[in-house]
Amino acid sequence: MAQPIRMRIKLEHDFADVRVLIEHPMETGLRKDPVTGELVPMHFIQSMTATLNGNAVVEAQWSRAVARNPYVQFRVNGAKPGDVVGIAWVDNHGESNSTTMKVPAPS
Amino acid sequence: MRVMRRALLARLCAGATLWSAALAGVLHPLLALARQWNKKAFEAQALADALNELGLTKAAESREVIVKAPEIAENGAQVPIEISTAIAGVDTIYVFVDKNPQPFTASFSFMNGAQAFVVTRIKMAESSLLRVIVRAGDKQYTASRDIKVTIGGCGE
Repeated sequence: MAQPIRMRIKLEHDFADVRVLIEHPMETGLRKDPVTGELVPMHFIQSMTATLNGNAVVEAQWSRAVARNPYVQFRVNGAKPGDVVGIAWVDNHGESNSTTMKVPAPS
Repeated sequence: MRVMRRALLARLCAGATLWSAALAGVLHPLLALARQWNKKAFEAQALADALNELGLTKAAESREVIVKAPEIAENGAQVPIEISTAIAGVDTIYVFVDKNPQPFTASFSFMNGAQAFVVTRIKMAESSLLRVIVRAGDKQYTASRDIKVTIGGCGE
């Protein structure tokens, strides 16, 4: 259930560039199981929220047409080293996961 | 007697629902922030219905909405898209694939210093117009790209 969320944060001069990779099958309900030939039931993330120090910065709503293992990149102004970026998602089965990561010092 | 028991059961169930909702809020404060998933818009099979449901009926073509996407997508299951705009006060970017069974694909709302910029990957069932609408207060702007899909990504 709790598939990992991978995150990479790079601090540019005036914003944090955040790349997120979420492991999730994002089943459309239209795919046939290659073994049984049965349709695999719909199973997809419906909402994803990104936060900076606990305040929402990006709120996404998704259909089943977001690609499998969703990838999202976004940018937040005013982020400083040590700030905490959070990612949380919930899918149509009510399953959810979340993670946090600190903004690193500029490289 | 039977009626009373039913009433009591109903009340217990209602209580349990409230309790689990409260618990979910405690366990996942981040998710409590998330806006209600727009079921009607996402399940609309006609683009016009989805746009109506979202109140996106007056978007004007704009060159300031920058959409980067491949002209030819070999794999419809993984089509990379990048959307950005310098338009001020953008609150939400909406993504539609005209020819998908349900055109409304995703929305991204930005607040508290997030730039109106997003990169993601979507599925396309067949060659189609990729339509992006940007909402900034009561203004709406749109841009689109034609994407040719070699292998459809619906069964993926």
